[in-house]
Amino acid sequence: MAAPAIEATGLVKTFGAFTALDGVDLTLPRGAVTAVLGPNGAGKTTTVRILTTLTAATAGTAIVAGFDVATHAHEVRRRIGLAAQDATVDHLLTGFENLVMVGELHQLPRREARDRARQLLETFALTDAADRRTEHYSGGMRRRLDLAVTLVANPEILFLDEPTTGLDPRARAELWDVIESLVDTGVSVLLTTQYLEEAERLADDILVVDHGHIIASGNARDLKRQLGRDRIGVTVIDSARLDEAGDILRRVCATEVEIDRSVRTITAPTSTGLGGLTTVAHALDDAGIEVEDLALRQPTLDEVFLALTGRPAE
Amino acid sequence: MTETLESTADTGTTLHEPRGTLHDSWVIARRGLIHMRRQPEQLSDATIQPVMFVLMFGFVFGGAIKPPGGGSYREFLMGGIFAQTLAFATFGVALSIANDRKNEIVDRFRSLPIGRGTVLGGYALANFIKATLPVVLMTITGLAIGWRIRAGLVHAVEAYALMLAFVFAMIWIGILLGSLVQTPEGVNGIAFAVLFPATFVASTFVPPESMPGVLRVVAQWNPISTLADSLRHLFGNPASVPTANSPWPVVHPIPYTVGWIVAITVACAPFAVRAYRRSLDD
Ligand SMILES: Nc1ncnc2c1ncn2[C@@H]1O[C@H](COP(=O)(O)OP(=O)(O)O)[C@@H](O)[C@H]1O
Ligand SMILES: [Mg+2]
Repeated sequence: MAAPAIEATGLVKTFGAFTALDGVDLTLPRGAVTAVLGPNGAGKTTTVRILTTLTAATAGTAIVAGFDVATHAHEVRRRIGLAAQDATVDHLLTGFENLVMVGELHQLPRREARDRARQLLETFALTDAADRRTEHYSGGMRRRLDLAVTLVANPEILFLDEPTTGLDPRARAELWDVIESLVDTGVSVLLTTQYLEEAERLADDILVVDHGHIIASGNARDLKRQLGRDRIGVTVIDSARLDEAGDILRRVCATEVEIDRSVRTITAPTSTGLGGLTTVAHALDDAGIEVEDLALRQPTLDEVFLALTGRPAE
Repeated sequence: MTETLESTADTGTTLHEPRGTLHDSWVIARRGLIHMRRQPEQLSDATIQPVMFVLMFGFVFGGAIKPPGGGSYREFLMGGIFAQTLAFATFGVALSIANDRKNEIVDRFRSLPIGRGTVLGGYALANFIKATLPVVLMTITGLAIGWRIRAGLVHAVEAYALMLAFVFAMIWIGILLGSLVQTPEGVNGIAFAVLFPATFVASTFVPPESMPGVLRVVAQWNPISTLADSLRHLFGNPASVPTANSPWPVVHPIPYTVGWIVAITVACAPFAVRAYRRSLDD
């Protein structure tokens, strides 16, 4: 078993009297995607900046790609790629020029840097825009270029700080595809995001951060199981019988239920799994209530976040 | 996007050996030069503006102003506009630093495996080259309107060397300014508030002897004046004529200017580097 890509312990970062990170432990397995999920101001960027040597931790240690960020920053930088929160491509340079410049700064010989640039432009569907200045790129194109720039030197570890924030749904879906294809190459990825859906879709492991603390971790399924029991959802056809159906669920599941009148749906937590579902189905049938939809589902990560922090994810 | 990406982890990442700070700085400097080409206002500051100044002042004031000690005003003017243009190099460096911070591209550079001084070296190199462009253009324009190098090749070479040394000093001030002020707007503001008066209250366009009281004294001690006069002397052009009660800089413009260049470099360089590093922290 290879050493983890990142091993960080007790990371603390203070800005004056303000503590942005308050003892973060983090292990990034090789060849997997780990998401750091949290609302604005949780400390995601600060974590990434420490791990990518851009800022020094106030306390704690971080070993990235086998080297200590505090003492061997240069060795770390040779092995990582960073796509910062705001795409850091040069606006006055073309896509091609941006890639070649970073390639050369990664010490690639000029020819190799150019070949690599063309190859990456192709991969990221930017060949047509290769010779246009990036100031004329769309947000999605700029993000894709930023990601391409990050890959110039074949990094072992990739840091993606909120890669899809501010993108429209289509551009976001495209970028997700790109990130997924990256993962297939075996690179280790640390991704930060504010979107529960994004973490669930891309990451193997999720760390939930809030106010500089990791408040939960695990894969999406674990997290959901850890915090919320499964839910039975019933959608009735006749809204006049919603309350009646609610009473039945309350009785059968022996818990409080949530009723959403606008979609004629009742939700009740359950710990009896499919068995509970069958009981509910029978009870509703006996009462003669017609059902449009009846399902057992896991809590969403939004519900998880609410349970963890007592407030919804922003 | 359907194409598969080249495998990294299983083939093992190839690491390339460092090629040295000079190589890396040159890569960053090339970017600075591309910027100049693609920003019309920066390009015109370095090309059209000095040429226009030579032509405008040469023809408009050519008849009205008589250089001290006689001779052609156009020849007097050249040293002044050389000096003014070089002083503005400060501004170019400061602007590039402030712009890059605004675009956060510095974070990209800082996450790359390059030496600590590389990015600053890149700014310095690019701006050094940028500053030589107007010098070449002005030389050509000057020659076209009757300016001549009259004191021989050796002195002419000394004149151009002095210009480059002055640019070198100005770059340190630029780095300091760009690191302390941080926004392009702020840099613009300071340039107008400081650099313009500094180049006008000088022997740039008219001899300081023609200025009233305090202004005259300021102009006489202004290193931009003495740079202009040094160049005039070295090119064998009309220059300020010292009188019995002229201050030392007017009598000895060349050592005084060199003194300033050394002093600025020694005093500013360490602060500039420190200010730059501090401006990047956190
Ligand atoms: N340079 C800084 N100076 C002061 N406070 C900062 C600085 N950088 C970040 N912070 C604060 O630290 C907290 C965490 O910030 P950040 O890591 O950027 O959060 P996120 O990326 O999760 O939105 C925020 O409250 C932010 O205001
Ligand atoms: Mg952030």
